[in-house]
Amino acid sequence: MDMAHALLYIAGALMMGLGALGAAVGIGILGGRFLEGAARQPELIPMLRTQFFVVMGLVDAVPMIAVGIAMYVLFAVA
Amino acid sequence: MASEPHTSAEYIKHHLQNLTYGKLPDGTWGIAHTHEQAKAMGFWALNLDTLSVSLLLGLIFIFIFRLAAKNISAGIPVGLQNFCEWSVEFVDNNVRGSFSAKNDMVAPLALTIFFWIFLMNLMDLLPVDYVPFLMGKLGVPFFRIVPSADPNATFGMAIGVFLLILYYSIKIKGIGGFIGELTLQPFGKWGMPANLLLEGVNLIAKPISLALRLFGNMYAGEMIFILIALMGGAWVGLTPGGVTLYGSQILLSLGWAIFHVLIVTLQAFIFMVLTVVYLDMAHQEHH
Repeated sequence: MDMAHALLYIAGALMMGLGALGAAVGIGILGGRFLEGAARQPELIPMLRTQFFVVMGLVDAVPMIAVGIAMYVLFAVA
Repeated sequence: MASEPHTSAEYIKHHLQNLTYGKLPDGTWGIAHTHEQAKAMGFWALNLDTLSVSLLLGLIFIFIFRLAAKNISAGIPVGLQNFCEWSVEFVDNNVRGSFSAKNDMVAPLALTIFFWIFLMNLMDLLPVDYVPFLMGKLGVPFFRIVPSADPNATFGMAIGVFLLILYYSIKIKGIGGFIGELTLQPFGKWGMPANLLLEGVNLIAKPISLALRLFGNMYAGEMIFILIALMGGAWVGLTPGGVTLYGSQILLSLGWAIFHVLIVTLQAFIFMVLTVVYLDMAHQEHH
């Protein structure tokens, strides 16, 4: 395998890994705070859940996009 | 498939190629049969699959809701009417929650955005090979069934929202007010260039992030479906490896499709909520 191909694989690995790392920390904090808020004020759970999913969609988008592009780089370009 | 792709890279590229209509290299107008031809078309390349599928889905949405509105009854709502009432109420609650000004246009816009994008995203759940295979039998070289996995569609919608943001910003605050909001904000009038830079980036980032978020999610989802479909494509006969790959293709497709239902709905919902929030910001008169 030549250098260019090897670098493409490493690029794909970095994209997936670093994207997942950031999102894992973000969603972890988000879920923790959601549970905390739900435990403090259970009557707010419906409202909190909607907001939780909105923010989760925002956080989740970046690693998902990274996974898609990484897969493209790994399987279609390399 | 029309062109019978052989390697996995060819298969993926075939599935990611839009049906493009435009000026061919020899000067005539027609449908591109290769990736290079589509690339050479430049600005006036029309993605026929995106246009036709999104238009069709929009008409389906309008038709269903019109059907429900025509056969409306005052008693206990059942079936379709129940669903439509529930969805109108759902969007109405969301708009009431995050939109504080008075504008009759926003809630219908939000409903349209939500259902249109939801239907477009839902096309992702069709098995990846069905539609290209059928279209290949009909002589159409490429067909991508998911309009929201084409950046042209998502950017089209996001630019529409952006124009509405500009229109209402200028209508509510006046040209002076809007320019003032862009130039006088965080640092006061002596920091005008810095303000313009910050607020300008803020303004431009809205449509770009809106479009890229939807596009990226749907593109990644489609990509993963295609990759899972490749596992079954490695079928060589009744060997342990072949059977394992075939079985895991079915299981993985099912798993990813179930997870994707969440993403499909969530991304349509987020596009709607952010549109409402951005329009609310355009209606806010501060300072």
